[in-house]
Amino acid sequence: MASLIAGGVDCDVHPAVPHLTSLLPYLNDYWRDQVTTRGMVDLASQSYPKNSPIVARPDWRPETGKPGESLEDMQRHVLDPFQLTHAICNPLYGVQMVFSEDLQAAFCRALNQWLAKEWLDRDSRLRGSIVIPTQSVEKAVAEIERCAQDKRFVQVLMLVMGDTPLGKRALWPIYEAAERHDLPVGIHAGSAYHNPPTAVGWGSYHIEDYVGQAQAFQTQLTSLIVEGVFAKYPRLKMVMLESGVSWISPFLWRLHKFWRGVRMETPWVDRAPLEIVRSNIRFSLQPFDAPPEAETLIRLFDHMQSDELVLFSTDYPHWQFDGQDALPEGLTPDLVRKIMIDNPHATYPRLI
Amino acid sequence: MNIQFRENSEAASLLTTKTAIADCDIHPARATRTELYPYLAKRWQHHLEIYGVHAYQGMMEGPPYPKAQPNASRRDAYPPEGGPQGSSLSFMQKQLLDPNNVQLGVLNPLNTGQGIRNHELSAALCSAINDWQIDKWTSKDKRLKASIVVGNEDGLSAAAEIRERAGDKNFVQVLLLSRNVEPLGQRRYWPIYQAAEEAGLPIGVHAFGFGGNPITPSGWPSYYIEEMVGHSQCQQSALASLVLEGVFERFPKLKMVMIEAGFGWAPSLAWRLDKVWQRLRSEVPHVKRPPSEYIREQVWWTTQPMEDPERREDLFDVINWIGWDRLLFATDYPHWDYDEPSRVLPAGVSETNREAFYLGNAKKLYGMAA
Repeated sequence: MASLIAGGVDCDVHPAVPHLTSLLPYLNDYWRDQVTTRGMVDLASQSYPKNSPIVARPDWRPETGKPGESLEDMQRHVLDPFQLTHAICNPLYGVQMVFSEDLQAAFCRALNQWLAKEWLDRDSRLRGSIVIPTQSVEKAVAEIERCAQDKRFVQVLMLVMGDTPLGKRALWPIYEAAERHDLPVGIHAGSAYHNPPTAVGWGSYHIEDYVGQAQAFQTQLTSLIVEGVFAKYPRLKMVMLESGVSWISPFLWRLHKFWRGVRMETPWVDRAPLEIVRSNIRFSLQPFDAPPEAETLIRLFDHMQSDELVLFSTDYPHWQFDGQDALPEGLTPDLVRKIMIDNPHATYPRLI
Repeated sequence: MNIQFRENSEAASLLTTKTAIADCDIHPARATRTELYPYLAKRWQHHLEIYGVHAYQGMMEGPPYPKAQPNASRRDAYPPEGGPQGSSLSFMQKQLLDPNNVQLGVLNPLNTGQGIRNHELSAALCSAINDWQIDKWTSKDKRLKASIVVGNEDGLSAAAEIRERAGDKNFVQVLLLSRNVEPLGQRRYWPIYQAAEEAGLPIGVHAFGFGGNPITPSGWPSYYIEEMVGHSQCQQSALASLVLEGVFERFPKLKMVMIEAGFGWAPSLAWRLDKVWQRLRSEVPHVKRPPSEYIREQVWWTTQPMEDPERREDLFDVINWIGWDRLLFATDYPHWDYDEPSRVLPAGVSETNREAFYLGNAKKLYGMAA
């Protein structure tokens, strides 16, 4: 494996909310009463069943509770051994599944407060992502404005499968606020399950949902590019988190070809999709869907024609690699430095 | 794409000098609205006149995303005698088959009985289309071979249609579309796979179709280009479903062709499937081998629309990962994103690979090898 270097940024770690009741201290009286009176249960999402092998590495799985719920474990498993300067926390709690915009806004606010108090306050290496209630764009923007005052929040977080494609104009106020506050928008694997989890319907298995994340990312990139998000917000960065990565070049070859063919339909797309991706889109490293041989990996990175697209991640506590082998075989020391340090800092302006 | 066809005085000489090819994706069209009526019972003719066709989408006429040009077809492909593009055999011969020296042309009719909510009507229309393919096309030009179109949502009647046509040399494959009510690996479709395996016919899965599911897992997008690009994501999910439901394990002699959905995504999908299967195989014990092995052994890919990298040699990495023996050349005639046979492969490809790509793989797959 390529050698890790000290001082890196882990762009995708997942602190777990132990239970919905963990958020009670961060809810007002009305919502606290609603949660208890109505007997609301834990917001566990089908995207990440807690006992699924992919959701926690065997040696990162705690004896009790959810993988990723202990700060001490996260320090022991990644922050210390990988000699990180920063790790960006992307909570995957199932608040996006909620349909009521009021309830969702209350939960998102509580989740962000919980993250600040129980994680960011307790380890100065940690940074946070702002989870937003997308059932209401207005409330989502308000939550961005509130959290942006805390400079430890470095990103806005959305799921790759929600109610509508992410390029849709109704969502643009979110992107306007993110750009204004120097916050990239992280798009993470996972579904709100408001639509079938594949474009051809509901599959039978958890494994199918997980494989399908990569296709979901592809459709979102198409939407973001052709709707003109980056023509309107040229400084906005978006980070595809836990996307699988290796689909990117063939996907762009196809999009580019069709864009040349039917660009009269979306005349505001004034740059080639390839160029837009190189300037505005980034990808977290893990999982990197490729065989273990260095030769293939080198070809895949060469196809990207850029060493700026990939950002280091362990995807802690998900099981994407064993031991310290977070960097796939075949990366040069220069590329390792770009991936672990330079690219994350260039992507996240608030990361200081 | 959309190259203007010109009268070419050299056409005749080209015919003798050009290497023969197979075109594994040709779309024959009806010249008139009622052209299928002779093959339909009176009941269905009345039904069509009164109620029309109700697909798993709301538009009574035309597609939900307006195409970039009429019928998504080349503007130079209107037959001189009238009718839509692709509706005239003589003009297809003149514009496609003769000048490109097409030795085998596989017909994939679209706008048939597939993706229709009334399953009885669906079966009747599919059967009519199959008769029509023989009468209008394959019986008149021996280079052309038909696909058995089946009512996709009713596995049993689809299987019956396959069994009825089995052994008829006019047909070389069974045709399904990628988008259905459920992912293609689901049990409701298994009778189709069983019948195709028994008949020794590959199943072609052509991009497109309607099953009521949004074309992204995040809902309906805005533009035609999103639908077009999205077909490759639909195809990936359909193939993942086929692998993970164990269709290839259960039907080991079944061959499948991924048509008009690109192939550049295939290596990445196979690597992802393998990697995740290593972790989660206890959920799918019926998938006994790494997914990439089933794909390598039982799946073929038509080429059009070829992915188009800035550096053409990048595409060869992808083809090497898939295997030169698995690609089938296709033009998609008469559609606008037609791939011109003389331009898709640059110099530097070995004669063996070139021959396999343009002709050999297709003849072997469709049982027409010498």
